[in-house]
Amino acid sequence: MGLTSIDWIIMAVYSVFVIGIGVALKRYMKTSTDFFLAGRSIPAWVCGLAFISANLGAQEVIGMGASGAKYGIATSHFYWIGAIPAMVFVGIFMMPFYYGSRARSVPEYLRLRFDEKTRGLNAISFATMTVFSSGISMYAMAKLMQTLHILDTPLKSVGLPLSASFHISVIISAVVVLVYILLGGLVSAIYNEVLQFFLIVAGFLPLVLLGLKDVGGWSGIKRQLPTAYTHSWQGMSNAHTNPLGVEWFGLVMGLGFVLSFGYWCTDFLVVQRAMAADSMRAARRTPLIAALPKMVFPFLVILPGLIAIALPAQRPTLLPSAHGIDTMNGGTVMGQGLIPPKMNESTGQPMLDANGKLLLDYDLAVPNMLVHYLPTGLLGLGLTALLASFMSGMAGNVTAFNTVWTYDIYQAYIRKDASDQHYLRMGRMATVFGIALSIVAAYAATRFNNIMDFLQLVFAFVNAPLFATFLLGMFWKRTTGHAAFAGLLSGTAAAAVHQGLTLPVGATAGIKGGWLATVHTYPSEMAQNFWTAIWAWSVCMVTTILISLVTQPRKEEELVGLVYSMTKRTSEGHLAWYKRPEALAVFVLVLALILNIIFW
Amino acid sequence: MGLDIRLPIGLLFSVIGFLLVAFGAFSDKAIYQRSIGLNVNLGWGALLLIFGIIMVILGRRPGASRADDGPSESDAGHAASER
Repeated sequence: MGLTSIDWIIMAVYSVFVIGIGVALKRYMKTSTDFFLAGRSIPAWVCGLAFISANLGAQEVIGMGASGAKYGIATSHFYWIGAIPAMVFVGIFMMPFYYGSRARSVPEYLRLRFDEKTRGLNAISFATMTVFSSGISMYAMAKLMQTLHILDTPLKSVGLPLSASFHISVIISAVVVLVYILLGGLVSAIYNEVLQFFLIVAGFLPLVLLGLKDVGGWSGIKRQLPTAYTHSWQGMSNAHTNPLGVEWFGLVMGLGFVLSFGYWCTDFLVVQRAMAADSMRAARRTPLIAALPKMVFPFLVILPGLIAIALPAQRPTLLPSAHGIDTMNGGTVMGQGLIPPKMNESTGQPMLDANGKLLLDYDLAVPNMLVHYLPTGLLGLGLTALLASFMSGMAGNVTAFNTVWTYDIYQAYIRKDASDQHYLRMGRMATVFGIALSIVAAYAATRFNNIMDFLQLVFAFVNAPLFATFLLGMFWKRTTGHAAFAGLLSGTAAAAVHQGLTLPVGATAGIKGGWLATVHTYPSEMAQNFWTAIWAWSVCMVTTILISLVTQPRKEEELVGLVYSMTKRTSEGHLAWYKRPEALAVFVLVLALILNIIFW
Repeated sequence: MGLDIRLPIGLLFSVIGFLLVAFGAFSDKAIYQRSIGLNVNLGWGALLLIFGIIMVILGRRPGASRADDGPSESDAGHAASER
């Protein structure tokens, strides 16, 4: 790995600042609102950067780079189609209800709008999901530290076995996150997310610039790679003529509508950041401000993957590790560019697919780029950026967990009328056991990989229909609680059934689908996922509408502030047109459109 | 919140920028073979240092926590009084 003292010093300085921010914020944590909602006092730009960073965990950074190497610039659909429209929608249309209703969490909004059982369903599934996500973040970080041999030298020098690397990474990340959230609550998490945002830019921008200079810019990439890699929409008319294996309708409806709106508009992990804003206008602008950097992030996280694959395969290696970390296998097996072949951990042999083609370990695209281009010094900064995104990914989940646990589970079902100080203490305790459970999840992931895949699948089923419920709840006053609850359950069931009846091409029945029967084969796993979401959403939508029509709606006056037609529009008439959130929204959408056209 | 976020950001980047500049000034040229011959520690470190200093200055301006919202001050005040 070749780390020297300057790299370690930079990582240490970062850790000191992270803890220091927690210490500095401790004296402001007086009430549960301070701890869980940052006292609703954060300016819009800070919330906006936290909104996007909470989503930019290291899995995202590494995964998007991997996807860039695998599919090319089409990966940007996850940003320009799969995020921007939803972020604009949540800011303009949904934030007035989230922020205006004074709900303290997304599940609490569901209780205000519908009923207790709908809240309970959402709160419990969400809390479980956050704990596992945080555990998976921890696992991925520890695994990466191991793969990159980052801790090897220090471990050797103190006489510990190299196998301790995983445990030490888990312990250190758990302790750092625990300390800064216990001290500063959501403010700590938000401040560290903003810090992480700047670190990612500081660590990855030089990487991209160096890589681009090396391959001869965008035109150099175009020369090296097949055209499908450098166009995001060409070939989208048919699933078989583009690298993603999805046709445009599945992409726009599945990713761009159901999955993206389901995540950005209903996931408390991100919505919590906007709820912390200091005013309604700031809350509405939070996702819009976040959309601006989100739009250019493909250049920071996807481009490294493209550069890694575009480099000439037989490039003289400055570092033996650049081509494969422990993969060289006597120098006989080469990957492509900087992407090493995927190795079977038990046999030590490279893995082949069904057609005998070498499988590449795309997840190493970004780490190998860091090692390849950044000299000691800047390498420390790049690694710090990665570590920061792992930790803020964990912290984001932990703060969402402690809030939902305390307000929507503990206060709702265990102890209703305790003092505010009691709930503040409970929030701190929830932070401790939330992290403890994450550690359990991280170790479970090392032992039972299939269980993790299975759980992620279940969460995907639970999340897929959510946006239909929110859409009807916010914009159709007739929607009833019974209907919302039944709609969610039927949507989740529909997702499971659809997945059980279909398979991506080349997969065997099991966790990938087809466990009921195989009635349809999709050209790719991505297409199957998008269509699972479309089915779940549609079934939830129809069920909710039908049951609403036969059940008793709530009195209209109870829905003021919760439903569009019953709520006074926020008056921003006193502001000049260009200061209104709507103007920013149009600006964001036009920019996204231009980017899509440029990379058509 | 009482702590302006720009202070810790500014301080962190000033320290990191300073470390990179100092290291870049004295480091062996051979290590820059990786970064296609450019002393990126010195150059990028200097940029980070400048960014850090600007953030510290912004964060220390009196009334800074509101000022970034400049034109919307009246709006923020309006919302605060509603609470």
